[in-house]
Amino acid sequence: MEFYIQAASAISPKNSLSREPDYTSLIDPKLIRRMSRIIRMSVAAALSCLQEAGVSNPDAIVTGTAYGCLADTGIFLSKVVEQKEEMLPPTAFIQSTHNTVGGQIALMLHCHGYNNTFVHRGHSFESALLDAMLILREKEDSKVLVGGLDEITDISQAILSRFGLYRYAVAGEGAAFFLLTGRKTASTCARLQGLDTFYKPKDDAEIEDRIHSFLASLMLRPEDIDLVIMGNNGDIAGDKIYGQLASSPFNGSAMIRYKDFCGEYPTSGSFALWLAVDAIREGRAERVLIYNHYLGIYHSLMLVSR
Amino acid sequence: MSSGVFVVGLGAITAIGNNVAGCLAALEARRPGMGDMHWLESVHRGEIPVAEVKMDNEELAAACALSGTGSGRTALLSLIAAREALEDATGSLKDAGIDRSSLRTGFISANTVGGMDKSERFFADFLSDPRKGRLRDVVQHECGSVTEWVAEQLGIRDYMTTISTACSSSANSIFFAARMIRHGLLDMAVAGGTDALTKFTLNGFNTLMILDRGYCKPFDENRNGLNLGEGAGYLVLVSERVANSMRAAGHGGKYYCRLSGYCNANDAYHQTASSPEGTGSYLAMKGALEGSGLQPADIGYINLHGTGTQNNDMAEGIAIRRLFDPHFPAMSSTKSFTGHTLGASGGVEAVFSALSVKHGLVYPNLRWQTAMVGLPFIPERAFRKNEPIRHVMSNSFGFGGNCSSLIFSKD
Repeated sequence: MEFYIQAASAISPKNSLSREPDYTSLIDPKLIRRMSRIIRMSVAAALSCLQEAGVSNPDAIVTGTAYGCLADTGIFLSKVVEQKEEMLPPTAFIQSTHNTVGGQIALMLHCHGYNNTFVHRGHSFESALLDAMLILREKEDSKVLVGGLDEITDISQAILSRFGLYRYAVAGEGAAFFLLTGRKTASTCARLQGLDTFYKPKDDAEIEDRIHSFLASLMLRPEDIDLVIMGNNGDIAGDKIYGQLASSPFNGSAMIRYKDFCGEYPTSGSFALWLAVDAIREGRAERVLIYNHYLGIYHSLMLVSR
Repeated sequence: MSSGVFVVGLGAITAIGNNVAGCLAALEARRPGMGDMHWLESVHRGEIPVAEVKMDNEELAAACALSGTGSGRTALLSLIAAREALEDATGSLKDAGIDRSSLRTGFISANTVGGMDKSERFFADFLSDPRKGRLRDVVQHECGSVTEWVAEQLGIRDYMTTISTACSSSANSIFFAARMIRHGLLDMAVAGGTDALTKFTLNGFNTLMILDRGYCKPFDENRNGLNLGEGAGYLVLVSERVANSMRAAGHGGKYYCRLSGYCNANDAYHQTASSPEGTGSYLAMKGALEGSGLQPADIGYINLHGTGTQNNDMAEGIAIRRLFDPHFPAMSSTKSFTGHTLGASGGVEAVFSALSVKHGLVYPNLRWQTAMVGLPFIPERAFRKNEPIRHVMSNSFGFGGNCSSLIFSKD
């Protein structure tokens, strides 16, 4: 079965020039004030995606986020420590749960449909996307809103830097949402032909095998791909596989290193998917393969075509 | 899409027992798990009762046959219960001549706190100086890291993911695992969830003023809030093909029940409170019934979400009245034993529900005294066995409006 992307919308460092856009055309200013940055970014991306698709109430809302609402978690945790568990306000705790964004979108749309949130590190968005695809396999005429989101905070930046994550990679963040259906319409902007994820491959040969069998399962060969969107992040060891793939078998395809635009974060695959849809929408590519790995542990493949 | 998903293994650890047999014995003996805070370090000790698993982290690690306490409490609880479930299933599969390694196996887990117990410790140092705090205390901060560590310990690598939808998290992980099996993506899955008590959640719920200073009284007119608990609960689910092989080998009786219905709906009313009419709860229960092709009167027992808060029990009660009137099944909240184990509750209660179907059990709702005004039913007070129960519903509702119901059936 194939899946159709009716709309795609992203808030990321690329299209907002590292500043947050003005959300007042999408969200009630009174609500914006109460929202943390990740909630604002995500709700804005979700609402703009729905607007673009002309869908007022989706049948399902599925989100993926590795870190969840970090800012509110940091605020509440700091207060618990600093105020020695006394006189704590509830707001940050309420907004700290990982399903806050999914719940907020449902609340704003009065959407009583299926609602789920995946929080599995570098596969958070890919799990959400798989869920969306299963929903469409179960009920082809559903309209599913699916998104990936993560934010950087001063605290996460400080801790992840100490882990050495940003020694080469640039810290990233963003929110990207998609409206998926199981049926093609006049306003379909791209086709999601396939998704595959795998965990800790034993060597590069296994990665190449996975890519070949992924393409073969879709009746495709490497030369059918005119654009490959890859997850290079500047880490020499981690980037080696991307270089190998670029020289073979994808030497005939155009390449984009998508993290040059959005930075490194666990749900950056959602930005890559947005970029693929954008390339297809703008007529720059016919068939796009996305390959990314997060820390060499979580690998994902997506195939998007006209 | 194949239709059936079968439960062939169970594992649980809660304040009332370190394994399924221990939990069941406590349910029968009406022995609740809440008490004064002993293991969690908080200024609220002596003031707010909690339902703790009766082991410190070193003892939990020892129970996992690990040395030291490198891992956080959420992951240790998860490993104990998930391993129990997997061993339970592996025994049945082996008896039926099925090699576990031939099955595509997934680990679909859930939690809400991740490694917060250790992040709290890290933060005390980190806040004084951002170069301080032991980094190994935050490696399991992410919810997904907990799942990843446990999957590695269990040797499950075909598929793993983590769901976090507050108090309905592990009902949704069971639900998602069942769908992956039905779509032919997996043959078997260990599915459920885990959560440890932390200062973060204790204080969070305390700011919402929904923690009972005494022991909780779900579905009582004079209920005063919930008691937080901790633990983990997992099911092993297999496809119809695997279940048929077990049957063909004469070991069909080894499975507990069939997961026959499930539904996830959103209340879309408030970030933390349930709507007065319990819209989300109603839609989840109704959807699960429709999915299983059952009528309300077919349900023999409901394991209630029943947290003991004013808001939840009224919303859930009204939704049940609307859907079940006049055929009310036996009902109880086992949170009156285990406390509210948050991201683990759907998994723990799915284990209790599977046992209820298999053995015809109804669990008591402890400390119940007074009927709620406006509800034409009261919860069960006695432990009953050998009841003619064919179908059991398990409810899990949570923050963010996330509501899920599961139905377990005989045959």
